[in-house]
Amino acid sequence: MKDNGSAKRVIRKDDLTFLQKTYITEIAKGLRLTVSKIFKPKFTHNYPDEPWPFQPSFRGRPVLVEEDGIERCVACGLCSRVCPSLAIEVQASETELEKERYPIRFEINMIRCIFCGFCEEVCPEEAIVMSDEYLVAFYQPKDAIYGKDKLLMSTERLAKRLAFLKENR
Amino acid sequence: MIETLLIAFIKIVIVLLVLLTAVAYSVYAERRISAFIQDRLGPNRVGPFGLLQPIADVVKLVFKEAIVPRNANKPLHDLAPVISLTVALATFAVIPFGNTITLFGEEVKLIIADVNIGVLYILAFSSISVYGIALAGWSSNNKYSLMGSLRSSAQMVSYELSLGLAVVGVIMVTGSLRLDQVVMNQTNYLFGVLPAWNCFVQPIGFITFVVAAFAETNRQPFDLPEAEPELVGGFHTEYTGLKFGLFFLAEYAHMIVASAIITTLYLGGWHLPYIDMIDVSPMLMSIIGILTFVIKVTLVLLFMIVIRWTIPRFRYDQLMGLGWKVMFPMALLNIFITGLILLLLQ
Repeated sequence: MKDNGSAKRVIRKDDLTFLQKTYITEIAKGLRLTVSKIFKPKFTHNYPDEPWPFQPSFRGRPVLVEEDGIERCVACGLCSRVCPSLAIEVQASETELEKERYPIRFEINMIRCIFCGFCEEVCPEEAIVMSDEYLVAFYQPKDAIYGKDKLLMSTERLAKRLAFLKENR
Repeated sequence: MIETLLIAFIKIVIVLLVLLTAVAYSVYAERRISAFIQDRLGPNRVGPFGLLQPIADVVKLVFKEAIVPRNANKPLHDLAPVISLTVALATFAVIPFGNTITLFGEEVKLIIADVNIGVLYILAFSSISVYGIALAGWSSNNKYSLMGSLRSSAQMVSYELSLGLAVVGVIMVTGSLRLDQVVMNQTNYLFGVLPAWNCFVQPIGFITFVVAAFAETNRQPFDLPEAEPELVGGFHTEYTGLKFGLFFLAEYAHMIVASAIITTLYLGGWHLPYIDMIDVSPMLMSIIGILTFVIKVTLVLLFMIVIRWTIPRFRYDQLMGLGWKVMFPMALLNIFITGLILLLLQ
């Protein structure tokens, strides 16, 4: 360090007008910006109060489609076979209805599920689809196993996703 | 005798309660406004619009552990925040927040201590406040704290001078050191229309005083004692819990008191211009006076907050250069001009 004083290193613009040198007009300009910012709309999204709107292509937790109070599922077990993380368990049974078979037990372990959407892709009946729900949390590991009570979701509720699938599959 | 004491006591309690609440809410205002300026929303979770946030903050600070560094000077370490807050609150004693109010047949002056050297009292107390910071820095046994407090001392000494000299202009115009006299003097009108506030009577003195007041309260752009990027936390690096809370309160109390002083000395105090042209009852007049004072102080406070988020911090040499090479001559010039005009008017 040859030069100990800081005076030489200070960069000063020579072409400032007198008003700019007094700094007061510059403060006023800055204040105009900051004060106008106060009244402008904010960037922050009020997340839990205003949920984020999702596109129909969003893959939330997988659910069973419920049409007229009955699930579409015929318990073929393809979803269970294709599931890469072995999260789905289906147990079939017979029924008087036209589809003849139905799942007496259908469980998805939400700790194992990776939201890949393979089950939805492989399903021949379009009976299991990805919903727009994504808040999956539990206190006990045993609460993570979602049975039919939690998995069934009406067609009205899933209308957007079903329309999306019809168009893109 | 007992009556006077009782009235004084009641005034002190009311003013203290209002002041402390205002301090807590100025913290909230600062956080909200800074957030708005930066396109954020700020604290809005506790209560409606986050209005209960100050309570949550205080409760949190009270329950935090108070840590004293091993080699710190404990008595002084404990004393420093107390000095800071006491001085900040005590300064408010001489500020008239209204004219007079007649309650239960008793005429009460709306000022805690009606002393005849109010201006000197303010200057004296604002000098003592540097002790709080200097002791905090020294007793913490921490290099950052010490650096912060040294900077603060140097800054306060430099700016005290221009602060005092700027006030001299006001005293010359008023001809008295009484603050209520200063306010009364501003109830006239210049050329019959403009209120004779001192900020119009002496604009140079006003600007000098405001800048010096910013430096005195350690506010941006002069907050070098606690410049976060360089000094960690400055003088309160080693403070935790309630003692840190006291420093925090003191900083905002200083801001409010500074706003009140600026209002009293330069912005007409409790006087609402043109109100004396309408006929209002004396009781209503007193209440309007108090409200006017509160609104004026709030506006100055908001100005201080917005300035903080507008102007970047000065470098240390710039700060000293501004203090000695610009503010000091400007204050002297103000005295000279004021004296000249007063001489010509005689």
